[in-house]
Amino acid sequence: MTLEAVLVVAAALVGIGVYGALSQQSFVMLMMGLELMINGAILALVALWSASAGGNPQGQMLGVVFMTVMAVEMALGFALVTNVYRVRRADITEKLRRLKG
Amino acid sequence: MNDLLADAIFWAFAAGSVTTGLRVFRTDSMMRAAFYLLASFAGVGGILVLLGAEFLGMVLILMMAGEMLIMAIVMVMFMMNPAGLNPMWMVHQHRVAVAAGAGSFVLLASLPFLVKFPDRPAPQPEEATAELGTELLGDSMLVFQTAGVALLSTMIGAVVIANRSGRFGVAEEGSQEPTVEPGAGDQR
Repeated sequence: MTLEAVLVVAAALVGIGVYGALSQQSFVMLMMGLELMINGAILALVALWSASAGGNPQGQMLGVVFMTVMAVEMALGFALVTNVYRVRRADITEKLRRLKG
Repeated sequence: MNDLLADAIFWAFAAGSVTTGLRVFRTDSMMRAAFYLLASFAGVGGILVLLGAEFLGMVLILMMAGEMLIMAIVMVMFMMNPAGLNPMWMVHQHRVAVAAGAGSFVLLASLPFLVKFPDRPAPQPEEATAELGTELLGDSMLVFQTAGVALLSTMIGAVVIANRSGRFGVAEEGSQEPTVEPGAGDQR
């Protein structure tokens, strides 16, 4: 389990996330792509922490911040999906061509 | 644990995480997509535990378990065809997306081999979880508290955004902004 191997796995997760976020029409599937990207970022962060800053807990602290970002993104995403569905009956991105009205 | 066993477990987790991550966007059922994503996160959580960040790994798995259940409920509420009874292929700009995904993978995966990492092996922390706990309630308490306040304000904001009665009336009735024609608001 070398550092390079873990970073390649993290890159694969980010790549899948980029593909999902760009290709999916459904809002929730799009959010899954974003989640996968943050997932890969956390993995890369902890790999670098483990290989370099061993013993320094501030690296893990940054991981906690990443997870907070993930939770915030998810919660606001669900709230926006709910609101957009109520107001415009839209559940895919193609139905939202205008920001207003 | 010897290195060979650790390697085998790592590659099992890694392969599982990446395959289930891909399956998220390849399955017909959105419910299954949510659980594939959970499996992908569980694989990453396992790798985090292997890397010595036991607390982060377990928190990731626990948090994602809750989040994916909420996601599954949202799927059932809003999405057509949540059970995957019909084939589902809802994509746009597919070729661009595949190119962007593959491109970012190649770019990011080549970086570790181009960068020269310092190879002075740092001593592994004896008790990473205890150290993180001391850090959370010690030097980094401000960061921790800020994250907590951010989550609280997110909760309030999410409730306000998802509320049925919007700023300009009930959401189902369009929640339209009042007109700003000159003279329209002069009745007061």
